[in-house]
Amino acid sequence: MSLRGFSWSRFIAMVVKEFIQMRRDRLTFAMMVGIPLIQLTLFGFAINSDPKHLPTAVVTADHSVFARSFVAGLAHSGYFEIVQDLETESEARRMLDTGEVQFVVTVPVDFGRKLLRGERPVLLVEADATDPSATSNAITALVTLGQTVLNRDLTGTLVALQPRQPPYELRIHRNYNPEGLTHYNIVPGLMGVILTMTMIMMTGLAITRERERGTMENLLATPVRPLEVTIGKIVPYILVGYIQVSLILLAAWAIFEVPMQGVALLLLCVLAFVAANLSVGIMFSTLAKNQMQAMQMTFFFFLPSILLSGFMFPFRGMPQWAQAIGEILPLTHFLRLVRGILLKGNGVAEALPHLWPIALFMLVVMCVGLKRYRKTLD
Amino acid sequence: MNDDAFVIDVAGVNKSFNGKRVVRDLDMQVRRGEIYGFLGPNGSGKTTSIRMLCGLLTPDSGRGTCLGYDIIRETAEIKRRVGYMTQRFSLYEDLSIQENLDFMARMYGMPNRRQVVTDALQRLGLTDRRRQLAGTLSGGWKQRMALAACMLHAPQLLLLDEPTAGVDPKARRDFWSEIYTLAATGISVLVSTHYMDEAERCHRLAYIADGRLLARGTPQQVLEAAGLTTWSVEGEGLQQLAAQLRDLPGVEQVVPFGATLHVSGTDAALLAQSIAPYQASADYRWSAARPGLEDVFIQLMEHAQDNGA
Repeated sequence: MSLRGFSWSRFIAMVVKEFIQMRRDRLTFAMMVGIPLIQLTLFGFAINSDPKHLPTAVVTADHSVFARSFVAGLAHSGYFEIVQDLETESEARRMLDTGEVQFVVTVPVDFGRKLLRGERPVLLVEADATDPSATSNAITALVTLGQTVLNRDLTGTLVALQPRQPPYELRIHRNYNPEGLTHYNIVPGLMGVILTMTMIMMTGLAITRERERGTMENLLATPVRPLEVTIGKIVPYILVGYIQVSLILLAAWAIFEVPMQGVALLLLCVLAFVAANLSVGIMFSTLAKNQMQAMQMTFFFFLPSILLSGFMFPFRGMPQWAQAIGEILPLTHFLRLVRGILLKGNGVAEALPHLWPIALFMLVVMCVGLKRYRKTLD
Repeated sequence: MNDDAFVIDVAGVNKSFNGKRVVRDLDMQVRRGEIYGFLGPNGSGKTTSIRMLCGLLTPDSGRGTCLGYDIIRETAEIKRRVGYMTQRFSLYEDLSIQENLDFMARMYGMPNRRQVVTDALQRLGLTDRRRQLAGTLSGGWKQRMALAACMLHAPQLLLLDEPTAGVDPKARRDFWSEIYTLAATGISVLVSTHYMDEAERCHRLAYIADGRLLARGTPQQVLEAAGLTTWSVEGEGLQQLAAQLRDLPGVEQVVPFGATLHVSGTDAALLAQSIAPYQASADYRWSAARPGLEDVFIQLMEHAQDNGA
């Protein structure tokens, strides 16, 4: 395991061989280049955590100017799209049940008259909240809407009915992503996800493939050392990782217009992240008996990486124990790095706290891999 | 330190997999410059033994040296000096012939790699096809290429695990003439095989069955040690004769060989007594035959099974 006896000749032999095999395996090579591009365009455009134009049905039993103003205000907010003007509540309930609409707004009888009398009539908004993230932004918009929507109608003697202003002004700045664009967050995150999947899978298969094809026996019969095999298999894929990163960054800049700050620092962080993932792959391939098992292990690692890293769901929304697991995963730290650097313009000082956990993770995994790598066929 | 007479000298080597003993108390000595045949049925422990000799497997117990290096502690030294040709083709099928040889030459850190590979290609007669992928070669060519690959680093000892399995007779003969050439230059060869004609080409042999070494020596010695008497019978209705002979005392083997029947036994007197009535018959022509290695090995194998049961 020591550097003593490390042979550059044997190391180069491994690297050259891996490159040749990679080049010969056309489909895999195409996947390595194709996967990032396809996933990036697909998910970059598809994933949106701030859905708008949600189908909404309105049941109006009152035709006062106030009811009309409210419904118009809904449509104006951008979150609601009035698809149906219904007469009965039972029809509205059916549409909500079948999922034809996401919201049902019910304006009760005498809404306008009661409002004028200052009786605070009830406006019912029913939401299909099976998916909280699909409705939460719309509901937030609804609350703000309530504050202001009728102000234009409540003039003159009716001013007293206007909702009272709070005694202070609330000012919110959406830093780093003022328009709240989801793809600013998703596209850099996808880089981490794509690298995790392809890097672990490629190397995970690398050693098990040798075992399955029987070439391991020949390899073990040569004087080659575990470190030479391991590093020799990692290095070519680091290059592949960089090709993927370049493609993703190019697409992020050209297609999604994601801000590009500190690209040089980012490329350095990519090295640590890619190497960490590759060591995971190597470790898996020393544990797995065949390529199938290596694939299964990859997915076993991949799912928590996506779900607990903060890629899919807000990291701070998770319970402490889940955050603790998340903190171990390299993707968690890489996401903070890549978002921090690209969007916030973080420098080395801000990057370091997330760089060392990745390095530590890699070191531990690499040691396990080298320990598990068998020099014999026992 | 390599001036010892033996290139392989192991004693009491054992190996088990999942509680099953695959090699039992193996003792084996191979002399320098010798072609040593390693015979035995499938699953008898030949491959396991060879793998232990070159450091691919660690023996459970026992000790020994290979080229003067300890087979347990000095496997790195052994690997550097031994050429091991695996039973299954284990070079890279998606690499060309030249790339494979190049890879192996780098693995052994050959100082004049290009020259070594060029020479090897020339010797193989594959210079024109050097860019062909190894996976597209025929069985015979794969074997020759594998031999060339494990010869690149000029090893002092070759361990060949069934190198000619599934190879046509012509390729087999070429392969053996190459092995003779190598042995003449002082390289020692341990070769496992199923073929009896190949066994007879070896300087010395060892026969292993069910993990046990049952016989060893020169082919002549193995034949004599078996003490087998064999009769050859010709005539009509050999099938029925074979069925009758099989149950007689002293008859241990009845094996058809084309138009003749080989009847063998270790107790010559008892055998003679049992077959006497049939020798009198005019239907059959009996003659004393020289037992072959195959007769001896089948004899040994059946004995081993009897003992094992």
